Amino acid sequence: MTASAHTRTPSREAPSGRGTWRTHAFRLVKAATTPLLPEDYVDLFDPLRTTSQLRGRVVSISHETADAVTVTIRPGRSWRGHRPGQYTRIGVDVDGVRLWRAYSITSGPTSGHDTDGCIAITVKAISGGAVSTHLVESLRTGQVVQLEQADGEFVLPEALPSKMLLLTGGSGITPVMGILRHTINRLDDVVLLHSAPRPEDVIFAAELRTLAANGRISLQERHTDVHGMLDTAELDELVPDWRERETFACGPAGMLEALETHWETADLADLLHTERFRPALAEPGNGGTVHFTGLDRDVECDGAQPILDAGEEAGVLMPSGCRMGICFGCVLPLREGSVRDLRTGETTTASPGDGVLVQTCISAAAGRCDIDL
Amino acid sequence: MTALQKKEHNPVAHLTRDDIEALGKELDAVRADVLEARGASDAAYIRKVIKTQRGLEMGSRALLLGSRWKSAFVIGTIGLTVSKVLENMEIGHNVMHGQWDWMRDSKIHSTTWEWDNASPADLWKHSHNELHHTYTNVLGRDNDLGYGIMRVDEDQPWTPFYLGQPVWNFVNACFFEYGIAAYDLELGKYFIGRKDKAVFKRDAKKVVNKIRAQVTKDYVVHPALALLTGSARRTLIANYTANLGRNLWTHSVIMCGHFPEGVETFTKTSIKGETRGDWYLRQMIGSANIHGSKAMHIATGNLSFQIEHHLFPDLPSNRYSEIAPKVRDICERYGLQYTSGSLPRQVGSAWMKVIRLSLPNHLAARLKRQKRRTPVVPTALPSQQPASATPTAA
Repeated sequence: MTASAHTRTPSREAPSGRGTWRTHAFRLVKAATTPLLPEDYVDLFDPLRTTSQLRGRVVSISHETADAVTVTIRPGRSWRGHRPGQYTRIGVDVDGVRLWRAYSITSGPTSGHDTDGCIAITVKAISGGAVSTHLVESLRTGQVVQLEQADGEFVLPEALPSKMLLLTGGSGITPVMGILRHTINRLDDVVLLHSAPRPEDVIFAAELRTLAANGRISLQERHTDVHGMLDTAELDELVPDWRERETFACGPAGMLEALETHWETADLADLLHTERFRPALAEPGNGGTVHFTGLDRDVECDGAQPILDAGEEAGVLMPSGCRMGICFGCVLPLREGSVRDLRTGETTTASPGDGVLVQTCISAAAGRCDIDL
Repeated sequence: MTALQKKEHNPVAHLTRDDIEALGKELDAVRADVLEARGASDAAYIRKVIKTQRGLEMGSRALLLGSRWKSAFVIGTIGLTVSKVLENMEIGHNVMHGQWDWMRDSKIHSTTWEWDNASPADLWKHSHNELHHTYTNVLGRDNDLGYGIMRVDEDQPWTPFYLGQPVWNFVNACFFEYGIAAYDLELGKYFIGRKDKAVFKRDAKKVVNKIRAQVTKDYVVHPALALLTGSARRTLIANYTANLGRNLWTHSVIMCGHFPEGVETFTKTSIKGETRGDWYLRQMIGSANIHGSKAMHIATGNLSFQIEHHLFPDLPSNRYSEIAPKVRDICERYGLQYTSGSLPRQVGSAWMKVIRLSLPNHLAARLKRQKRRTPVVPTALPSQQPASATPTAA
C-alpha cells in the first residue's frame, strides 16, 4: 500500500527455463558442500547474502537523546521491505547469548540511508533491559545482526484518515515517527500528543518541533516530570474533537490500557489502534501451568518437578533421553514464559516467539509457560 | 557395589556415603563456576574454530582441484584431513553434545547440526549422548565398551570370536565412520532379532541416505570438478586419504577415552539408585585423559580431557583445560585415580588391552600386565577430617 512496500525476493523456485538450470546448479553445489549448505560457506565472506537467515549490517549509529540511539541497518538480500508503523525483530548476541526483541522501524523514505535500502530502528535503553542496553551501549558500526521480516498491524489504512490523533509515550513515538516520515505529505490534520519525562527526553524532538513549526502537525508535548501522567479525563480539554479522530496510540502498557478503556466507554473502540512493544512479562514464579501449544493441553507443574515428568504423568508423549540433563534428547521450544533449571536455580525467560530450546528433564515451570509440542 | 568389588583393590572402598555426596557437591561447584563465567569469549571461540575449519576446507579443496601438481596434492590432502578432524571432533561432537546450545544460535545447535561423517546426527546423538554418556562403562548397558565386537574388560565373557579382535579393531579403525554408523544403527542388535524392525528400517534409510551423500561428495563431485585440470584421480585419492586419516585419528582418540589400563567398569546392578555423587564418581574413574600440546587437545576435540568431558558433557570444550586442575585436585584429595598419559602411551595401552583380552582371562593374565598402579592415598577426605567438619559422620 505505501511507498516502501517493495518486494525484492528472488524467485528461486521459478520452474522453467533459467530456473531449471539454476536448480540443477544449486543441487550440484549442495552435493559438494553436504552436510552443510553452500550458504554456510558463503557466510564466511558475505553474511548478508544468504536467503535462509535474514541478517543485516549496522551502517551507522546516532544518538537521539542521552539514552536513545537510532541504528541504521542494511538488511540482507531477502528483506521484503516494510509498511510504515511496522516493527522488525532483531537478534543480537549479548554475552554470547542470542536475544531477540522487536523494534519499530523509524526510517522514512528519503531520510538518512534509506534511499539505498537501509532501515533504521530507534532504541531507548531500559534499565535492566539486556538487549536495549546492548544496542545503545555496545553495538558498533559494521557488526552483523539477525533480523526477521517486518511485521505488525500498526499501519495506516489504505484510505488515509482525514483527521488523526497520535497518542504516544516515551519510545512509543518510534512507530509513529516511521508513519509520519513516510506519509506526512498526504495527511491533512494530525494532532500528536506525546509524553516524555522531560523536554530533553523527547526522541526526535527537533524533527517533531520543526514539523509543528511548519504547520504539518499540531504537537502537544507533555513533560510528565512536571505535568504528571496523561489522564484520559484531560482529553476533552487537550484535543476537544478526539472522538472524531482516527487514533493511533503507542506507549507503556498502563497508558494503553487506560486509553482502551476510555475509547470503549465512549463506544469508539473502532477508532483506536494500539501498538504494544512487549507484553508485560510475568516475574518468574515457582511452578505454574505448562501449556503444550501443539496439543493445546494444560498441565499443572510444581516448582520442584521437571516438566518432562509432569507432562508424562499427565499422559503427554514427551521426547526424552537421559533424564539428567546431559543428552539434550528432551529439548522443546519454550514459546513464552519462564522455566527454572533445577540444577542451578537459574531461570530462562522467553518473550513470545522466541522459541528458546529448553531441556524439559531438568527444567521446572517458573510461572505459566507455553511449550511447543 | 560394583564390578570393582571383585578386584583386589576396590578403588572406592575408602569412601563413605558422605564422602561421595561431598564429592558430588564439589563437582557441582566446579560446574557452576564455568556456567557463571561462560559468555562472549566462549561464543567467539567456537565461531572462530568453525570459521577456521570451513576456510581450511575450502582452501584445501580448491588446492586439490589442481592436485596434478604434487605440492597442491600434498598440502591439500593434509589440509583436508585436518579440516575433517576438526569438523568431527572439536566442532561436530561437541556441538551435538549441546555444549553450545546456550548461545541460542540456530546454526550452532545440537538440534540442527549435521556432521561430515557417515552416521546421521540424530542416531549418533541417541547412542552416544543418551546411552554411552548415561551408562558409561556399565557392562551390558554401555555398548561403547568394545562396541559389541570386542572384549575390553575381564568381566566381559570370552568366546573364541574375540581371538580375532586385534584384527577387527584395526579394520574398524580404518573404516571407523562406517563402524560408528553401523553401531548407531544397532546393526548387531538387529541381526540377533532384538531391534524393532520398523525402527530399524527407518533408521537404515537415514544411514543409507547419509552415506550416499557423503560418498557422492568426496568420491564423485569433487573428483569430477577436478577433471578440468586432470586432477580427478589425485582428488579421489586425497579425499580417501583424508577420510582414512580422520578415521584412524578419531578411533585412536576414542580408544584412549575408556580402554586404557586403569579405567574401571561397573555392573548393571551397581547403578541402581545411583546418586549424583555416585554418577560423578563412575564417570571419573571410568575415563582416561591424554596429556599433550594445545594443538593435540583441539585435534581431539578436547576429548583428551575425557574425565572432565564425562563429568560435564554439556560444558563448552574450551573450558575443560581450565577445570582439569580442579578435578585433578579433587581426585587427589579423595584418593581417586586420575588416569592420564601421553597419546602414544594411551594408544599403546588401549591396544595392549585389546590384544591381551582377545585371550581368555587365564591366558591373558600370563601376558605381562602394565606396571601395577600404586593405590592412591587420599590427602584430605571429608570423612577423615577432624570431628568438627562433619558432625554426621557415623
